[in-house]
Amino acid sequence: MSIPFYVSPEQLMKDRADFARKGIARGRGLVVVQYADGIAFVSENLHRTLHKISELYDRIAFAAVGRYNEYENLRIAGVRLADMRGYSYDRRDVTGRGLANAYAQTLGTIFSSGAEKPYEVEIFVAEVGDATGDDQIYRLTYQGSVADEHNYAVMGGSTERVEAYLNDHYGEGLDLDAAVRLGVIALGHDTEVSRTIPAEEVEAAVLDRSRNQQRKFRRLSVAAVQRALDSGEPEPDTGSSTPSEPTPESSPESGESDDGTGSGDDTSE
Amino acid sequence: MTQQPPPWGGLPHAYMTPGSSSFAQFLTGQAPELLPGHHVGTLTSGVTADQMRHATTVVATTYPGGVVMAGDRRATMGNVIAQRDIEKVFPADEYSAVAMAGAAGLGVEMIRLFQTELEHYEKIEGSTLSLDGKANRLASLLRSNLAMAMQGLAVVPLFAGFDPDTAEGRIFSYDVTGGRYEEHAFYAVGSGSVFARGALKKLYRDDLSETECVTATIQALYDAADDDSATGGLDLTRRIFPVVAVVTADGYRRLPDADISEIADQVVSARMERPDGPAAPLT
Repeated sequence: MSIPFYVSPEQLMKDRADFARKGIARGRGLVVVQYADGIAFVSENLHRTLHKISELYDRIAFAAVGRYNEYENLRIAGVRLADMRGYSYDRRDVTGRGLANAYAQTLGTIFSSGAEKPYEVEIFVAEVGDATGDDQIYRLTYQGSVADEHNYAVMGGSTERVEAYLNDHYGEGLDLDAAVRLGVIALGHDTEVSRTIPAEEVEAAVLDRSRNQQRKFRRLSVAAVQRALDSGEPEPDTGSSTPSEPTPESSPESGESDDGTGSGDDTSE
Repeated sequence: MTQQPPPWGGLPHAYMTPGSSSFAQFLTGQAPELLPGHHVGTLTSGVTADQMRHATTVVATTYPGGVVMAGDRRATMGNVIAQRDIEKVFPADEYSAVAMAGAAGLGVEMIRLFQTELEHYEKIEGSTLSLDGKANRLASLLRSNLAMAMQGLAVVPLFAGFDPDTAEGRIFSYDVTGGRYEEHAFYAVGSGSVFARGALKKLYRDDLSETECVTATIQALYDAADDDSATGGLDLTRRIFPVVAVVTADGYRRLPDADISEIADQVVSARMERPDGPAAPLT
């Protein structure tokens, strides 16, 4: 017969947080970038059918990193909640804030309940508004805290470098191609030596307020991502800002998609 | 001990439990009171025709590359015209349209459930149902309402869509028992449907353009209104015209009122010359 050890609540929570953080950091990153016509989600994803980014409702999307089975579970629950609300009230009564709250409650309860392990996930719930100022981006962490994000946000693996890159290169009013390109290049800056992520390994989707339909969510095909990466030659936005990180670049592959833009602004320093 | 559900603060436990990708099934488990006509099954007597709104005629026609669906705007309660601008044609999803005749209140509810069902499947599964799959889902929703149909609350839908596999428009009709039948070229349901089908028999050709096809459906609705008192015709004084939707490879599109208005004026001015409409050759 064993006597249970005493563990202080502080220690218990810290252990659970460390456990969740470690799990999340193992995965690849995901960025969300606001652009002129909506919100773009860009992630590195080797699986073409196991999505990290999905539609929740008309104007609301879900993006997650971490354990697939856990965030998939949360995604399905969110779709059910959204459809149930929309069906029993009205489509306009389904809000990003409501869904973010439901997720926060759920994650918070799982995190602090003693029996289960915490979910190793981090989530964005975003809702596109009629204008850029009305867009809402919520970040939900494994412990159920909610944060309101603006312009851009990063989650997943090594976020500091990616965030630093976005901080230096983000400008308001980007067009879609520029936003996707910025996202892909930023994700490539997650290590000391920046990498080039090919379009085939990018999962990208947008909430596009200019879309003529009620449902504003749209996935971008590999071809569309490739086009966005190729379109970066003149580069008025990112070229003008001052890049602060001297990143050694593998320059010779000029045929590669986003290499032109990547090396372009890095060497301009 | 492990069977006890965790104390969810946010999403209910059932929402987090793996289940089917059917919204109707989820609704049946979680909130059956929200199902269309949930309480009607307990009625001891039927509902009479003058106690509820009744939707009348809807038609659908195919043409190369798509399908047209149109519905008149009248709802009746017995011998009273209850509404002059009711809408009976709706998008089911991006590539299909659904319309209804019969008990209007239940019909609209059923269509809302059908729309949610298709969207829900698409979001959960990450892919859309085939056109036949959608048609079958509608049949099973209808079948669950058989008890209501027996109470005199029959809803008769008409479903049409663009099938990306065959690259053509297809039409499905139903009966109250949930029987699903594929129709070819054109079809109509509702009180004036017999006259509308008669008109389309003479007007329809399989090489009509989209605009010609729309004109043919408006002619058919005109003929239905001409002979059926419950079908609303072209309301020239109020400028209320049928709702017309087109589904092609580019998706569902409701035609703007201005376009319908123009076609309606042409149809009416031709009927000033010949009230029975265009004459078909004898042989």
